[in-house]
This record gives sequence, structure tokens and C-alpha cells, in this order.
Amino acid sequence: MSYIHIENAGKTFVENGQEFRALTDVNLDIEKGEFICLLGPSGCGKSTLLNAIAGFDLVNEGSITIDGKEVTGPSTKNVTIFQNYGLLPWRTVEKNVALGLENKKISKDERAKIVRTYLEMVKLENFAKSYPRQLSGGMKQRVAIARALAVEPDILFMDEPLGALDAITRMKLQDDILDICKREKKTIIFVTHDIEEAVYLADRIVVMTPNPGKVKGVIKVPLHHFRDRTSGDFLLVRDKIFDLLNMKNEDAIEYNI
Amino acid sequence: MKKLNSIKYVIVSIAILIALWQVAFIFSDYSEALFPSPLMAFNALIELLTSGQLLESFITSMGRFAIGYGLSVIVAVILGLILGSLPKVFNYVNPALQLLRPISPTAWMPFVVLLFGIGDLPAIVIIFIAAFFPVLLSTVSAIMKIDDIYFRVSENFGIRQPALLWKVILPAAFPQIANAIHLALGSAWIFLVAGEMVGAQSGLGYQIIDARNNVRADLLLATIFVIGIIGLLLDFLLGIVEKKVLRAWGGE
Repeated sequence: MSYIHIENAGKTFVENGQEFRALTDVNLDIEKGEFICLLGPSGCGKSTLLNAIAGFDLVNEGSITIDGKEVTGPSTKNVTIFQNYGLLPWRTVEKNVALGLENKKISKDERAKIVRTYLEMVKLENFAKSYPRQLSGGMKQRVAIARALAVEPDILFMDEPLGALDAITRMKLQDDILDICKREKKTIIFVTHDIEEAVYLADRIVVMTPNPGKVKGVIKVPLHHFRDRTSGDFLLVRDKIFDLLNMKNEDAIEYNI
Repeated sequence: MKKLNSIKYVIVSIAILIALWQVAFIFSDYSEALFPSPLMAFNALIELLTSGQLLESFITSMGRFAIGYGLSVIVAVILGLILGSLPKVFNYVNPALQLLRPISPTAWMPFVVLLFGIGDLPAIVIIFIAAFFPVLLSTVSAIMKIDDIYFRVSENFGIRQPALLWKVILPAAFPQIANAIHLALGSAWIFLVAGEMVGAQSGLGYQIIDARNNVRADLLLATIFVIGIIGLLLDFLLGIVEKKVLRAWGGE
């Protein structure tokens, strides 16, 4: 069985006495070390699916297992990175990065060394003593990434981590994430609504559609790391996604006068 | 330069206040014994200082204030942390709190004197009540308003109670709790004087009543002035402490 195995997973909420279906009949297998993007418009259940795998909001139909074990709650082995960073504003950058290490039985020196290593990895070693409010959005997210990597997780869950950033910062951070992934070899599940971002980052893209949230198709990205956003192959994959999302204008001729 | 400016504001502001007082004195028809001039009140202040009476009243009042206010803040914050983490229990407690909250602490005064007699306790109880409700309710609301993302992050990194309390809950709620503690200081100080006027035979509040009984309006006004100054100083000192803690926890 694959590393992450999702079988007939579904989720319903009850809101104002009415049942609302957020996710229906998801079947998905993810291998160790894969970079998976969950892609789709808002309301397609991509964040719901991520939260279910991460253990924050469990599914109420079907099952999700990681490494053969049923997901029953968040695990310290898998770290989630949120769109709004989730940094503790009363802690300095280095103390934020140390957060997950404080439970572990390691000496203070060792902890400081680990913090240093990961701050260097995200190129923020000069901001160790700064507070989050003194940093830009992109820097804050890099702190969150360092904090997540510091506990050496098996899986990184990223819930639209770059959604609040401007386009240029976002592209730079995409490169940083790819770079770090190649070095750290983590399994990554990354939620986004940005098609180009998904094509740029993922090994496989899970395309989802709303009403109710479901998986429309899974696209393998046959590109290597350090992708060219303007290459033909890149555009081809992009095209396939447009196709799956029914965003191609098939009746274009009718509008041409 | 900024500091110099703020000193300038303080001096000018208080000078205007004293000048208004002097003008009122000049044009008033009351006898000097009933409505004294600023200078007479100042001489009375010197008298209070040199006789040692002021120091004695000050120590008595500050003792009561420290116990009443300190106890109130500690109990209210601890209770607030508990109720804030148990919203279902709070639903049952809240209506009773909302009923008790609008009752002026002075309304309890006769009842408290009946129970405990004249002495330190009535003043302490009044101060306690005055500070208790605002601090309790603010603490509860501060805890309930903590962003869910902090709890998700803590859960993800395996931070559980009791570490969760001092690593996440307290610092996240601190700014709002500190604000309430600060505001409650002012009202507690106001009700200390009220408490001592009715329920005590010593302290600054009693000194006002005593001055009235002896028809010494100059002593009375001097005491009022001192009460104002102490209130101002307490507020200032707490403001410094608040800022220090906030900075230690990375606030603005």
C-alpha cells in the first residue's frame, strides 16, 4: 500500500440544520517523497482534504491512512504551514523556529544549533532576534518553513502558503521551496488555486472541482526541477489543467463576429 | 524634546487648574473656612506632611489598596482563564455575572459593614468588587478571542497543557488582560476613598470625613489633591510595568 492512502473519503458539515457536502468520494495514493499539489477553485474542498490528511478536521466517510496508520489527529511528525503563517507574534524569529524543538529532549546548545541551521537555509540568519511584525510577508512564511523543517517532519502540509504574497515574492519563494525540497526530500502536499504555481512545483497535480468538492483528475508533470515557466512542455501541462477545469472556450467561434 | 514638551503640558495644565481655583476663591461669597484658597490648602498640606498624619493615612490606604486590588486581579485572572477555556460553563456563569456587574460597589457598602464591622475589611472588599468584574470579563473574552491558528500550531508541535497556558494562551491574551487590569486600577482607587469614607476610621478617605467634621476645608482639599496625585502616579507606574511585559512578549 502506498505511503498516504485515501479511500472513498468524504466530508459533510451540518450548517444551520442543513447538511453541506464539502468533499465526496476521494481516492488518492501518494508515495513517499512526492510533491503533490491540490489545485482547484475556492469551494472545491482542497483545504478540507488537506486538513483531513493533516488530522485537523477528520473525514466522516471513507478512510485516510499514512504509513498504514489511520489518521486520527495532528501528528508532530507532519507539520502544516498556513497561509497566514501562524507565527507567534510575542516570540522572536529564532524562538518561533525553536517552538517545535522545546518538547524534544535535546540540550539548549543543540537546539540553538538546529535553529541556526534552518534559519540559514531560509536565509534569515540575520533576523534571528527580530519579531514577526518587523518582517515582510515572504520573510514570515520563510520563518514558518524553517520552523516546520526544524522538527524534521516526514510530511509538509502547505495550505496556500504563498496566497497572501505579491507575485514576484511568490515566484522567488516557489524557487526557494523547490530548492529546499530537493535537499530535504520531504513528502509535500501543497494546496493552491494558482495553476502556474501547481505546474511549477508539483510532481503530480490533483485537480479538484466544487459542488460538491471532488477530484476531477490527477495530472503527472513530466518536467524536471528548475522548470522554465515559458517552455512548451510547461504550457502543455497548463493546457491540460485548463481542459480538466472546463475553462477552455470550446464555443469560441460563436463569439467571433 | 518630546519629554520636555510633555512636562510643559503638565505644568501649564495644572497651573490653569490652580488659577481657576484662585479666581473662584476671589469671587466667591463663602467664608474662607468653607472655601479656602490654593495657598491655604497648600499650607494645610505642609501641616499634614510635618505632623506625619498624611504618611500614616497613606500607608493605611495603600495597604488596603494593595491587598484588595492585588487579590482581585489575581482571582479574576485565574477565574477568567478557567472560564475562558470552558465556554460551556461560562454560558451558565455569565448571566449571574451580568446581573452583579452593574451594581455599584458602594451599594454593597452597608451590607459589608453589617457583616464585617468598621475597619480594614469593608474598604478591601469594595476595592475587590470594583476591580473584579472588569478584569474577569476581559480575561474571559481575551481567551475566547485567541486566534484558532495558534492552537492549531501548538497542537501540531505537540504543545499541551500546562505548557500551552504560558507559552501560548497567556501571551496571546495578555494585551487585553493588561488593558483591563490597568483600567480597573483607576476604578479601584476611586472606590478605596468611598470605602474608607463609610467603613473605616483611618486612611485617606476617612481623613476627608474627619476634616469635614472639624470644618477644616483646607485639610479636606489638601487630602483630595493628594488622592489625585497618588492615583496619577499609580496609573503611571502600572503603565510602565505593562509596557515592559508587553515588550518582553514582543508587542508594540
